[in-house]
Amino acid sequence: MKKIATLVGAAVAVTAAAGVNASTLDTVKNRGAVQCGVSDGLPGFSATDSAGRWQGIDADFCRAVAAAVLGDAEKVNFVSLTATERFTALQSGEIDVLPRNTTWTLTRDASLGLNFTGVNYYDGQGFLVSKELGVSSALELDGASVCISSGTTTELNLADYFRMNGMSYEPVLYDTSDQTAAGFEAGRCDILTSDQSQLYALRLQLSDPDSAVVLPEVISKEPLGPVVRQGDDVWFNIVKWTLFAKVNAEELGITSANVDEMTSSNDPSVQRFLGTSGNMGELLRLDNQWAYNIVKQVGNYGEVFERTVGTGSPLNIERGLNALWTDGGLQYAPPIR
Amino acid sequence: MEKFIPIPSRPAPVVEVGLIGWMRKNLFSSIPNTLVTLFTVYMMWIVLVPFLNWAFISADWIGDSRQDCDSGGACWVFVTVRWNLFMYGFYPEDSYWRPNLAFILLLGILVWLSVPRLPFKKWVAIAALTVYPVAAYTLLYGGFGLDVIPTHRWGGLMLTLVLALIGIVVAIPIGILLALGRRSEMPVIRMVCVIFIEFWRGVPLITILFMASVMLPLFFAGGTDADKLMRALIGIVMFQSAYMAEVVRGGLQALSKGQFEGADALGLSYWQKMNLVVLPQALKIMIPGIVNTLISLFKDTSLIVIIGLLDVLGMVRQALADPAWLGYPAEGYLFAAFMFWIFCFSMSRYSIYLEDRLNTGHRK
Repeated sequence: MKKIATLVGAAVAVTAAAGVNASTLDTVKNRGAVQCGVSDGLPGFSATDSAGRWQGIDADFCRAVAAAVLGDAEKVNFVSLTATERFTALQSGEIDVLPRNTTWTLTRDASLGLNFTGVNYYDGQGFLVSKELGVSSALELDGASVCISSGTTTELNLADYFRMNGMSYEPVLYDTSDQTAAGFEAGRCDILTSDQSQLYALRLQLSDPDSAVVLPEVISKEPLGPVVRQGDDVWFNIVKWTLFAKVNAEELGITSANVDEMTSSNDPSVQRFLGTSGNMGELLRLDNQWAYNIVKQVGNYGEVFERTVGTGSPLNIERGLNALWTDGGLQYAPPIR
Repeated sequence: MEKFIPIPSRPAPVVEVGLIGWMRKNLFSSIPNTLVTLFTVYMMWIVLVPFLNWAFISADWIGDSRQDCDSGGACWVFVTVRWNLFMYGFYPEDSYWRPNLAFILLLGILVWLSVPRLPFKKWVAIAALTVYPVAAYTLLYGGFGLDVIPTHRWGGLMLTLVLALIGIVVAIPIGILLALGRRSEMPVIRMVCVIFIEFWRGVPLITILFMASVMLPLFFAGGTDADKLMRALIGIVMFQSAYMAEVVRGGLQALSKGQFEGADALGLSYWQKMNLVVLPQALKIMIPGIVNTLISLFKDTSLIVIIGLLDVLGMVRQALADPAWLGYPAEGYLFAAFMFWIFCFSMSRYSIYLEDRLNTGHRK
């Protein structure tokens, strides 16, 4: 299935890239809205709240692009996509940008006619264990039975990790994440493995979430980032720098609360960022207020993180790898200069 | 001689009539029967009682957040706070009257057509097939002064009904034509119909939907903005007409040859023969088969979740991913199941009603 999808993708990438001629920026401006592809429901990344509003780190990235391009973060048409059709939707021009918790891999970057613009969230496969087990490291898990949410890479990573460390395990497979959580709770397995961001969501589904902990080990690299079509460098730059702007804003200490005061700052990098001096926006073919709009309407990277998946949300995920490089994390953005 | 006066008949013994009699006759007539009864009662006791307790007695019905669900029973608040989303998807709230009006109109037409005493049946039917689709399209999508509401904002029960209704209404006539074509004596028409039917019947609906959503857009990449819902609908209609055609063919074959020959003997043309003699009889026989197909179509519409359209089941699954409401899958899925059951059960009852009403021959 995956192979076929890749083949098909590769075969049509050329035609698709040739087909979508009009510049994405012009299309978006004419339409007055960004078409943004998100998942059809992933806690913390994109899910609707009870008022029908899309929430999550991916959904907020869509808003940031809309704020940068159109000056209004609400001018987004969210298109919910399944994992299989996400790339086609982008190739065919149905959506302009795809921040759908998509892992950046060489195959996808090189063979689908798409470009990854950066990393919005550093994820990785991890383990959830019951506190009663008294385990503090994944290396103590020899002989454990493992609940797995189906998905072949999760299984493969797990097999690799255990074999590499000379440990044995007994897999217990489930179809959906609800079943996996239920199986874990019923004691069908000692540990549960999945992407770390999802482990926090699964933990919340337990009747007593405090009875389980997520182990610190991460056994795979899953950098999730927004994707755009190949061959439209103007749009590629805009989406890429939207990502960078959010990280830079946090680094410069600009938040949605203080952004108006910051406009009178004497710091030249803040001035360039907010468009009070220089013409950074024009270079991207945007308004000079582009970054101001992102921070004012959506917030900087840290704010979005805390609100959607971090301590301000039920998921309560720590910054970890997603902290700024100055705080020991990996989030680093080139300067706006 | 004394006149014979029969003594009045005594009432039947208590153990033979009333509730006790009924139970003795039906539930405890023999030892195996008694054992089965006791076992069933026991099973109902251990399954049904906790379920009813969970679902109704200790359930939470009122509230607006997760904190209102603390009684340990079902958390129906999860459904009530998202009621509008489950019904209309992301349809703008100030336009809810539009789908409401469209469905009320439809309900009105259906009732009008099924109550025997109401007049102008023919005109109502013609309006239902000509004016109503345009009106419903305008109401749901927009135009003629109404705001356009793009189909990616449609969802929930409304989307389920739109898919099922259009699938049903368009597939029946196409299916009838295909079935007639398959029995035609003209080889080209017969071949075309056979190929169409066998092709669409030979692929799973999931594949068709995948093709419609993943492959089709690549063929007309570049500007042509073929709507995702439209693509899925075309797929569903094609698939459904193939199935319908086979049901109709079954009905046609059930008619005795004499009916066809009799019509021919009267000198009726082909279409007169079909309209006046064959189809009225055949369609009546086919009602159970047609309704069966319709019910399965209604349930199949939830497959569109695999192409990212969110019907009522899709909206429920979506809701399960809301970080503020994690952990209520049972309530969500039960609600979705109940929604489907209501519609499928009504269709099934309506078909029985139709069968009874149209039954002109062998009365039960």
